[in-house]
Parts: sequence; C-alpha cells; structure tokens
Amino acid sequence: MEYKPTSGHGIQGHFYLPRSGGHAPFALDVQLDIPGRGVTGIFGPSGCGKTTLLRCIAGLQPCENGSLAVNGETWQSSGNKRNSLPVHRRPLGFVFQQPSLFPHLSAGENLEFARKRARQKVSDDEYREITELMGITRLLSQQPEALSGGEQQRVAIARALLIKPRLLLMDEPLASLDQMRKREILPYLEKLHRSLEIPILYVSHSVEEVARLADHLLLMDEGKIVNEGPATALLSRADFPVQLGDDLGVLLEAQIAQQDSQWSLLSASFDGGSLWLRDTGEQVGDSIRVRVLARDISLTREEDMQSSILNRLPVQVEEICPDRDPAMMLIRLKPQSASAAASDANVSRLIARITRRSVHQLSLEIGTTLWAQIKSVAIVR
Amino acid sequence: MLSEADIGAIWLTFRLATTVTILLLILGTPLALWLAKTRSIIKGPVSALVALPLVLPPTVLGFYLLVFMGPSGPMGKFTEALGLGTLPFTFWGLVFASLLYSLPFVVQPIQNAIEAQGERHAEVAATLRASPWDTFWHVTLPLAKPGILTAAVLGFAHTVGEFGVVLMIGGNIPGETRVVSVQIYDHVEALEYTQAHWLSAAMIGFSFAVLLLLYLLQHRKSSRGLRYGI
Repeated sequence: MEYKPTSGHGIQGHFYLPRSGGHAPFALDVQLDIPGRGVTGIFGPSGCGKTTLLRCIAGLQPCENGSLAVNGETWQSSGNKRNSLPVHRRPLGFVFQQPSLFPHLSAGENLEFARKRARQKVSDDEYREITELMGITRLLSQQPEALSGGEQQRVAIARALLIKPRLLLMDEPLASLDQMRKREILPYLEKLHRSLEIPILYVSHSVEEVARLADHLLLMDEGKIVNEGPATALLSRADFPVQLGDDLGVLLEAQIAQQDSQWSLLSASFDGGSLWLRDTGEQVGDSIRVRVLARDISLTREEDMQSSILNRLPVQVEEICPDRDPAMMLIRLKPQSASAAASDANVSRLIARITRRSVHQLSLEIGTTLWAQIKSVAIVR
Repeated sequence: MLSEADIGAIWLTFRLATTVTILLLILGTPLALWLAKTRSIIKGPVSALVALPLVLPPTVLGFYLLVFMGPSGPMGKFTEALGLGTLPFTFWGLVFASLLYSLPFVVQPIQNAIEAQGERHAEVAATLRASPWDTFWHVTLPLAKPGILTAAVLGFAHTVGEFGVVLMIGGNIPGETRVVSVQIYDHVEALEYTQAHWLSAAMIGFSFAVLLLLYLLQHRKSSRGLRYGI
C-alpha cells in the first residue's frame, strides 16, 4: 500500500514553533505532505514534538508561522492570522490521550453533544453504525466514571466520529490504558481504519501500535521529521533513524498459503520466502502483516536440522551496522529462497540483532551466506 | 417571642441577602471566569482587590463607602445627577456595600471550580465544534455547578451576617436598613435580653443549617476534586 499525495489531495503544510521557555527543549520545525487517505502514524520518542504537531494541526496550539491545507481546503495560511480557522471551525475529530468525556454528561449525552454540532446531519442509521463499530451501544446510559478507561476511550472515539470530521487526529489514544485494555481497543481501531474514508493521523511512541495500524509513517525526533514513507518499508530499515533497541524489527506483508491442520500451523508466503505461524484462524489467501523482531533472529553457518526452531531461511549478509549498545550489531539480511519472480529490490529484508562477539566468531562480512533462525513471528494484522 | 419589628428585620435581611446573592452571581461569574483564564499582569492586583474585604475591618470599608457614596463623593454626585439622591442610609446603599463586602465569597469558589476544570474540557468542546460561548454555557458552567452553589450559599450567609458595614452606612432605619444583626444590637442596648436571645438563637440555627448544607454539597461533589475550605 503506497499513497502518493497529489496536489489538492492529502495534507500539506508547515509549522514553525520556536522553543518557548523551559517547556520545549527544541523548536518544532516540520514540512508536511501526508496522504489524504489511510492511517499516517506519527512516531518518535517521548518529547519529540509529535503531540505538539498534532495540536498545531488541530489549532489547539496557536502557531503563527504555519500553514495547513487538508484535501484542498485551507485551514491556515502563513503570516495571516485572519486566515487561521479557530479550532471549532476546523472539520476535524480529535481523540485525546486521556479519556476526556464530559463528566457532567452520560456516555450517550456525550455523543449527543457531538451529534448536535456535527458538520452535517447524522442520520439514525449512521449513529447506530458508529456506536456498533465501537461496541458501545450498551454503555450509552452510563456515566463516564462508571466506565473503564478502554470503554471511555471508545465512547470518545465514537464522539469524535459523530462530528463527521474530514480528518481524524488521535493523540496516543492507548497510552493511558493498561496492556489488557490496549488489546481490547486495538481491534476497534483496525475496524475504524478499514471503514473510514477520511485520513487519520495517529500519534504514538509504540512500535507495536504503528506496526499494526499505520500505512504511512512520519518519524520525528527533536521537533523535526527525520524520515517518512510507507510503514512496511520504513520499519524494515536497519538504519532506522529513531533508536528502537529491543523493539527493532521488520514488518512483512504476507499471504496465507496453506493450512496444516495436523500441527495447527499456517504457512505464510512473503516476497522473500515463507514462514510457519501458529494457526490463529486466518483463511488461506488472507493478507496479513507480520512482524519479525531483530532480537528473535539468530544466525548459523550450517542449517541446523536438529533445532526446535521451525523457521529457517537461507540468507545473505547485506549490511552490518553498529547498534546503540556497544555489545550488539545489526545485520541486514537478504533472503535467498526468494521466488524468481521477485526482483532484487522488492525482496523484503530481515534484520538480526546479535552480539559483536558472534559477528567476530562467525567472521561475518557483506556477502556471507547463512541460515537465519527465526524464533517467533507475530501476526500484527 | 418575636416582635413585629423583629419580623420586619428578618424580612429585610432576607430581601437584602437574596438581592445581593443574585446580583453577585450575575456579576461575579464573568469576573471569576476572567480571573481563572487570564494570563494578564493585572490578574494579581485584581485578585487582591477582590479579596480585600476578607481582611479589612468592616468599619474601614464602611467609612470609605460612606464618603464615596455621600453627597460630595464621586458616586454620590453621580447618583444625585441622576436624580436618585444619595445612597447611604437606603436599602440600595446597603445592597451596593454588601456587593463589595461579599464579593470574595462568591468569586473565589467559582474561580476555583473553573480553575480545577483545567483546559482539557474546553479544548475537547472546541474540537467538537462548540464555539467559546457555546462551551461556556454547556461545558464550563455545568461543570462549575458545585462551585456556583457554594458561592451562592456563602454569599447569602455572609450578607446575612454583616454588621459593621451596615452600621457605618445604613444606620438604623426600620424597614429600610435595620437588619437582624442591628436589631439584636438594639435589643441588647435596650437591655431586652429575651428578645436578643430569640433573634440570636435563630441566627445560630440559620448559620448552622447553611454550613451543614455547604458541607453536604461539597461532600457529594468531592469525588470530582473540588473542595472549598472556608
């Protein structure tokens, strides 16, 4: 999935916000060109300015030196205060990090608050569709304080959708939730992704979330965009600009090729070979996205048939990079079992994170052929 | 038990306190909103002015009000020019003095309630296409309700309890400025202790009931993080 923004489509703009007082250690300085469809993940370490960027786009953070056009509609133009729409006139939906339902209204009244002020009339069918999509139909009579954090956040997302926005902004909507609630809410976000026509900007510092949700990715560090591009391509680079440590890994687009009911396994083929996965109910032919973490790959000179590890791929060393940790190295690997049809550039790469000592012992260099043993593969979508 | 004059004083006190409370809620709410939201450098001086009656002896406030509203004071000249005469020793003079005297008791609870809300709810409302005016009526005010109730109760009770200011600018005119506290003073001066007892006991009962109501209100709402100590 690759989106090419064209003029009049997508989100274009720039923001320059000088650092102020003790708050921001750096200036926000970004040039935006974001696809007009799909989920764009804004990813970076805590305090890199991603939330500030989102607030600038929403108009919650006044930014005099900024411009913004969303799908051909100007929201703000540089140096002209009058041309900057106030927040309440921008056709956007915003989901905050903390669940932020109005405490004096019930869940249903919170939704009504939005419905009354929607950009266009919300029909009863649309209302039902949105509440069903978020799975909150039975919660509407409750007061916010009686709902769990995850439920509150689902109501807040439904509320943002009822405004009929042209752009949905989500500021780490899962950050305030515990692991269980996150898992509970992620499937709703995926459904949202599939059923919404409008662009979504999703701010997160979790690789797991962006790997699962984002089509396009903006990487930010110290107030600047350091890289952008399709999520799968960007997350698969060994020289990933934001240090991920244990979270580094590649994202592969794959298809279920066969089902092995005897061992409850699935075989998925990607453009560099095929992998065995635990059978989690996918059907043959389904497109999936899998994530292989760099720390889950070990390398052997010979194929180890005696190993408990099922997934072994012949690979060739393409690049060796130092890791942030002086004991570790990152090795970019090109799978060798690629079908003849896949051209060299299209073959998905793998990244292994191994100790510097192992690199020395195996005397790895560029071009060495090896076996990559993959300890675990996670379906993210 | 209570003489006709006592009942007249109670009725007058009630009228005064009700008028002052209503006016204070109308005038104090915008002031509290401004104080809660502003980043202006005059916030400090304005807050101090509003709080001044908390520390000033009522006689000081009463004295300056008397001069200010009197025939040669700026307000006195203004009201005379309007053909209203001067305000000291009238009901409306008492209303004006009480407005100033009870102002902090109304402004501060409302200001605290609005400050406790933080920016979040107003920001959420803006992203839901609510204009600032819409947000004020449908988000800020309803969320500040416990604070406004506290403010109303405190403003009312404090006006009922004032004595020094009334004596300074209102004197002792039956049906016009003779409120309960002054009536008790008169009874004591005339050695009518039984009468003084009845009225004083009624004031104690009233004050206790008001404070009880206040604590019940706050206890019910305390889960929302709003507390106002007196």
